[in-house]
Amino acid sequence: MKKLLSTLSLATLLAVTCVVNATPQQDLKEFQSFYMKRFPNTPFEDFANGVYSIDPASRGQWEDIEEFAPYELNISVGETMFNTPFANGKTYASCFKNGGIGIRQNYPFFDTDRGEVITLELAINECREANGEKPLKWKKGPIADISAYMAYTSRGKVFDVKIPDDPRALAAYERGKKHFYQKRGQLNMACADCHKFYSGNMVRADLLSPALGHLTHFPVYRSKWGGLGTTHRRYDGCNKQVRAKPFPAQGEEYRALEYFHTYMSNGLAVNGPGARK
Amino acid sequence: MIRKQLRRNIARATSLLLITLVAGISIATADDIADGKKAAFDRKKGNCLACHMIAGGSLPGNIGPPLVAMKARFPDKADLRAQIWDPTVANPNTIMPPFGKHRILSEKEIDLVTEFIHSL
Ligand code: HEC
Ligand code: HEC
Repeated sequence: MKKLLSTLSLATLLAVTCVVNATPQQDLKEFQSFYMKRFPNTPFEDFANGVYSIDPASRGQWEDIEEFAPYELNISVGETMFNTPFANGKTYASCFKNGGIGIRQNYPFFDTDRGEVITLELAINECREANGEKPLKWKKGPIADISAYMAYTSRGKVFDVKIPDDPRALAAYERGKKHFYQKRGQLNMACADCHKFYSGNMVRADLLSPALGHLTHFPVYRSKWGGLGTTHRRYDGCNKQVRAKPFPAQGEEYRALEYFHTYMSNGLAVNGPGARK
Repeated sequence: MIRKQLRRNIARATSLLLITLVAGISIATADDIADGKKAAFDRKKGNCLACHMIAGGSLPGNIGPPLVAMKARFPDKADLRAQIWDPTVANPNTIMPPFGKHRILSEKEIDLVTEFIHSL
């Protein structure tokens, strides 16, 4: 019996070690097939539609909303800002590959020169500062408008976030993964509890969305906010829900989380900005 | 007459107290159960309905099992209290919050919630 027990615990230990040492590619496979099994009626591409990919009841209503999208104005405001020259005569286009058009699917990326994760919003503000302009606030307002426009020009492109062969990139990825699976806050819940293990269940009157496809449509217009918000604004909300202290927007922690979180949706198409409850 | 009644009442109260002490349990009053229900349903307190179907509560979630026939599930009230105080003992990966261990509810509130849940 004792022998059996120690064999068992050794097996558990091995299993745990394997999970810890899984490569991002292995994680990606495990992650996506988890949702494919949990929601056998949802085709892979459809996970890009978030909670509506698993909720036929509210899907029609949502499609009507997307038809006369509440973020329409934000896109045109963002477009105008994007094309308006800075005081020095340059525009945002000068800071990005392909003039900033159709590139959302490559963000966030790991900059091997700087050794850090670069999100789209971070790149937008760095572009401003490099051109002598003041940075914008991170979570809503003009930065979300510009980000929405840039996402809009990328609709239909497939997410392809890369983890380069660089220990610092892997460390950032692992940090984000840890954040996703670790229990936090007074309520002691992990992102994975709500958006993986119990995705598709109801928490009170809310259907929990799968994390696969979470970030394809950001920034998002939420009726609850009455406006657009960036990914890090949403992270704040979910951290507060479990009574955890939110991390600073665009700090290393949330950038690492966004890196992992977006990588897990590789293969899905950009459909931002999106509308949600 | 009054004296006799008083004496009888005292005798009754004493024996009740004795039973309570001997059995080591407190007698839940209807008020306790009502207060426990309030704490269990309050979104800022137990918010148990977020995850559990409970008789008398509307729009329950379905993350945890329906809380029914609790006396059969938990013949010993102390086990029920322990589950609410720290459910990670029974299941380290549980999504259910540790209401006592993380001081989400006070010890008194946990007593009351236990009485209410045990009455279901
Ligand atoms: C207590 C449960 C709970 C926990 C824990 C939780 N969330 Fe959420 N989250 C929700 C609910 C409810 C919503 C709104 C409905 C939905 O889309 O799932 C939501 C929405 C979201 C959305 C928006 C989805 C969309 O389509 O726009 C993202 C992104 C998100 N959560 C990420 C996270 C991350 C990252 C964590 C951990 C830091 C986390 N959540 C933790 C409950 C939770
Ligand atoms: C975020 C979800 C969540 C919340 C909130 C929650 N629970 Fe639970 N509860 C669960 C889950 C899931 C289980 C199943 C066992 C497990 O996974 O640990 C459970 C199990 C239980 C059990 C054991 C049931 C059995 O038959 O074994 C009891 C009793 C219980 N919960 C009571 C409560 C009470 C009382 C509250 C509020 C004070 C509460 N729960 C709040 C998720 C929750």
